[in-house]
Amino acid sequence: MKPAPFAYHVPNTIDEALAILGNDPDGSRLLAGGQSLVPMLNLRLANFDNLIDINHISGLDHIRIESDSLVIGALTRQYDVAHNDDVRNRLPVLSNALAHIAHTAISNRGTIVGSLCHADPAAELPAVLTAVGGELVVQSAAGTRTIRANDFFNSSFTTAINPNEVATEVRFDLAGGTSGWSFEEVARRHGDFALVGVVIQMTLEKNAISDVRIVVFGVAATPQRITDAEKRLIGQTLNDATLDQAVADVAAALSPPDDIHATAQYRRHVAGVLVRRGLLRALEDANSSA
Amino acid sequence: MATTKHAVDLTVNGESAQVMVEARRTLADVLREELGLTGTKLGCEHGVCGACTVIVDGRTARSCLMFAVQANGCEITTVEGLDTDGKLDFVQQAFTENHGLQCGFCTPGVLMSVHSFLKNNPNPSEEEIRIELSGNICRCTGYQNIVKSIAAAAAASR
Repeated sequence: MKPAPFAYHVPNTIDEALAILGNDPDGSRLLAGGQSLVPMLNLRLANFDNLIDINHISGLDHIRIESDSLVIGALTRQYDVAHNDDVRNRLPVLSNALAHIAHTAISNRGTIVGSLCHADPAAELPAVLTAVGGELVVQSAAGTRTIRANDFFNSSFTTAINPNEVATEVRFDLAGGTSGWSFEEVARRHGDFALVGVVIQMTLEKNAISDVRIVVFGVAATPQRITDAEKRLIGQTLNDATLDQAVADVAAALSPPDDIHATAQYRRHVAGVLVRRGLLRALEDANSSA
Repeated sequence: MATTKHAVDLTVNGESAQVMVEARRTLADVLREELGLTGTKLGCEHGVCGACTVIVDGRTARSCLMFAVQANGCEITTVEGLDTDGKLDFVQQAFTENHGLQCGFCTPGVLMSVHSFLKNNPNPSEEEIRIELSGNICRCTGYQNIVKSIAAAAAASR
């Protein structure tokens, strides 16, 4: 036993959870899968007076396709999303990313929404949401609101969710047209956090790039879009010159951290290699979907 | 901070148990200290090493990352639940025959992971075995004989 004492609450409805949360928003934390929160409690990196276990609230465990969105509930486990056929068919970048995340015993309990709300800078899922676009649905006593992916990640472990709000689901945008994706990652061990990762979503029109999002993760406080490269690639095709320029834009945009796992210089180099590879793979994927 | 105790009812290896515990006690703490089932080991206590892996309602879980109060009403299987009257089950037997352990500290967690893995995938490739095993750290064997043991257990299960 390592965590400091806390009061444990088990609400059966969202309204009950919101009422408990409303009593002490800053001193309370929601517990879903617990695969990020409990390590932080065990290491005493975090300490809350109240833990509100939302696992007994019904209506939060679902995977649905709704028009142009893939909708995943706050209690849906990563293992179930990774093995879901709708996800594999409609948002394969998510299935592919999940294959890189954690180990079976962790993904059996860990949730997609929980990982997004935890907002670890080296985590895969925030990068996937940033690349494909989408929104979080959050509820408070005042009502329900949505937060777009680009407005959601504020900093390391910090999101736009207020302390009195509960995230109930995430809605990933489903791209139409001739579109492709890629997911590239370098980690020390399968399932570990990335040293550097790249997620790319690309749309083509008449064989040229009409839209592209390039997201690098593990290199900054939040998933980082390389907007200079994105803008320059619009209307272009991929060739040695445009790829070299994109890699140069990546190197110019990043100031990665130095730590015991890798140097900043190494991370910047790997990011360029992964972006080059990822752009080509996304193009290949888009062409095969046409 | 009040240290309220909670009543927890759970079934462990087919036997029902009732304990009164503080909310901050993990499932691993209760298995080891309240129920005396010390087969489940605690290594890192933050989800990395896999030594505390048990099966909760048919799925593997890190018992260091689950509070015992959350296991109320759950069915738990630990390494003590694998044998039948002292006769090793097929995974334990395969580890014995293939030198799949040295010090044995990681072994209970490995055995629970392997049970769940082979139920979902009775015919795994070596790569799939290695990916699954990435969730359990062993500091003795270099993994070669663990991989061999898992392949042998898979063959025995078919």
